[in-house]
Amino acid sequence: MLTRRKLALLTGAAATSALLFAAALPGTALAQGRTVIDFWHGLPQPLGGQLEQIVKDFNDSQQAVQVNPSFKGAYPETMQAAIAAFRAGNAPHIVQMFEVGTATMMAAGPAVKPVYQLMQETGASFDADAYIPAVKGYYSSKDGKMMALPFNSSTAIMFYNKDAFQKAGLDPAKPPATWPELIDAAKKLKASGSTCPFTTSWPTWVQLEQLGALHNTPFATQANGYGGLNAELKIDAPIYVKHVQTLIDMQKEGLFKYGGRDNKPDALFPSGECAMIQGSSSLRSRILKEANFAWGAAPLPYWPEFAKDGPKNGIIGGAAFWVMTSPKRTPAEYKAVSQFFTYLAKPEVDAKWHMDTGYVPVTLKGIEIAKAQGYYEKNPGADVPAAQLTRTPTTENSMGLRLGNLPEIRNIIQEELEKAFQGQQDAKQALDASIKRGNTVLRNFERANKG
Amino acid sequence: MQRRVTFDNRLLPYLLLAPQVAVTLVFFIWPAANAIWQSVHLQDAFGLRSEFVWFENFTHVLGDPNYLDTLKVTVVFSIAVTVLAMGVALLLAVLADSKIKGARAYKTLLIWPYALAPAVAAVLWIFIFNPDIGSFGKGLRALGYDWDYRLNGGQALVMVILAASWKQVSYNFIFFLAGLQAIPRSVMEAAGIDGAGPVRRFWTITFPLLSPTTFFLLVVDVVYAFFETFGTIHALTQGGPGKATETLIFRVYQDGVVNNDLGGSSAQSVILMVIVIALTAVQFRFVERKVHYS
Repeated sequence: MLTRRKLALLTGAAATSALLFAAALPGTALAQGRTVIDFWHGLPQPLGGQLEQIVKDFNDSQQAVQVNPSFKGAYPETMQAAIAAFRAGNAPHIVQMFEVGTATMMAAGPAVKPVYQLMQETGASFDADAYIPAVKGYYSSKDGKMMALPFNSSTAIMFYNKDAFQKAGLDPAKPPATWPELIDAAKKLKASGSTCPFTTSWPTWVQLEQLGALHNTPFATQANGYGGLNAELKIDAPIYVKHVQTLIDMQKEGLFKYGGRDNKPDALFPSGECAMIQGSSSLRSRILKEANFAWGAAPLPYWPEFAKDGPKNGIIGGAAFWVMTSPKRTPAEYKAVSQFFTYLAKPEVDAKWHMDTGYVPVTLKGIEIAKAQGYYEKNPGADVPAAQLTRTPTTENSMGLRLGNLPEIRNIIQEELEKAFQGQQDAKQALDASIKRGNTVLRNFERANKG
Repeated sequence: MQRRVTFDNRLLPYLLLAPQVAVTLVFFIWPAANAIWQSVHLQDAFGLRSEFVWFENFTHVLGDPNYLDTLKVTVVFSIAVTVLAMGVALLLAVLADSKIKGARAYKTLLIWPYALAPAVAAVLWIFIFNPDIGSFGKGLRALGYDWDYRLNGGQALVMVILAASWKQVSYNFIFFLAGLQAIPRSVMEAAGIDGAGPVRRFWTITFPLLSPTTFFLLVVDVVYAFFETFGTIHALTQGGPGKATETLIFRVYQDGVVNNDLGGSSAQSVILMVIVIALTAVQFRFVERKVHYS
């Protein structure tokens, strides 16, 4: 006989299994008839909150689609989460992927739905030429088709401490434009008592990848990997050797301070310890918040002897949005994703994101809007990143890198640089060792992805 | 003579064993089998293409000079962590076991670090050791010592060893203290009356009687140093500078999770598994002989 207690238990169990069943339904669980889209991103606070605000604006702007954003940890973790979810047949509709994951995503074939194809199939209008060429180039396939939706892009620039410049007898309005000038400035800064005249964040990205683009020198064969998976590193070219040796020598003389890998050195600038830093343009908001001295932003310096007709455009960093496939996808879901992307591609949304966060505008019209609103007059130096990205037409060498497992290659180079900065090897040896180890990584990627 | 327990029902013993067997199967055998399968395959990140490559992943790993360096670092690291964590814990336990004022408070305080997550602990260490913002690091530099673990491999290794051992001291301390308290007072008093000093009493009575605890902790600490120090290293140095603080387990993570090389990473896990099984076997075979069980 059913007692009351048993009945209550049974009802509870039934309710729970109904809930579980509902949760197990594909992402289309109809929330008031809306198509639900899962969107995984890798931006911590406060940027993550600003991104989720944009998603909310989109959700409020229409009735058909509900985008659910969720933070999955930093970029590498988000990438891992998406890959694991795909392997389990449960990939999110959209995932934010950092720029170094681009080659991995492009090689993922059926796991990814290219954005140009998505827009075509769903009949949405999408103009790839609305994007800054350096941005478009980074996310385009070999035949120039947009594979992902660019969103938060940055580039590498230089920030300098105007007070320290003043103290050293340098002109605060005239940051060094070339490397010889920078070395000169560093010497004067040191003479005026600075313990760290110059440091760099993202050592591989800024000091090697950007260097190659600026001086129109390949980083790897096969047009930096755009031409095929069989690319090999080329960072033993004279410009790279000269540059790395310069850094090693500067470090010995106390003109350059190695502050660690990736963005670890960021803290050294706003704290006032280092007078010049080269790093991501997105460092701007942190400096604004933390620095209690006068500072300025400048383009990355170049080597005049290696750039006879001036430096080229820099390449981008940051992330883009990729559409992932899953066995359970419906056309309605793709349609919903394309609606969301159309919204994100609007120049007004782009310009607002740029002005709120310090990321560069990814569309040409976005720059115009920011200009028209007087943003750059109110925020001197905020136009440096976009100016550096757009100053020349992109060349084969300044379009970006398309190398498999680039995060691993970046780490290898950082390791070899660290050994050089410890005095265990010189620039040539460090770069040769990086090439040898990096090429092994590229060959493994080629083998695993050719079939 | 051994006692045998007999069951009336033939099925019951199996039923009672089933949960344990199920847990072992799901959480140990299945992942281990998976690792072995992965280690003989070459796969892309998304699992779309997979190729059987025999032992190629193993030859790759073992033929990599960097892997042998990592092995050396791991040996140095593990021995140092084990010795340091056990030595300090034993010293503290002996001191806390003696009749002193506030022994209870010391005991409680000494157990605290164990409750701290490795990543949190590592952040605290950064605040101490960082040459730019750390109290101790800044102090060293002010004294003219060139302290910078971001570029000096030796200093970095010392730092992660200290941080990793500190974390394990509390755990060892609890066990040593319990072990000490189990030693009968009468034996100690008898030795005292016979004229043995505290040092002699420790080495001839306490230490041998403590040996089961010591042996247990030796096994646990070696496994800890090999497998569980990942969080500390990840938060402090990420294996750098160069590869100065990269241990085997950290490289498994780096290759598998960051570099998407599942085959190579699995091959390393299998190698690591073999090493630890061998180590534990050696410990049981040779060290345990010297252990006195009462």
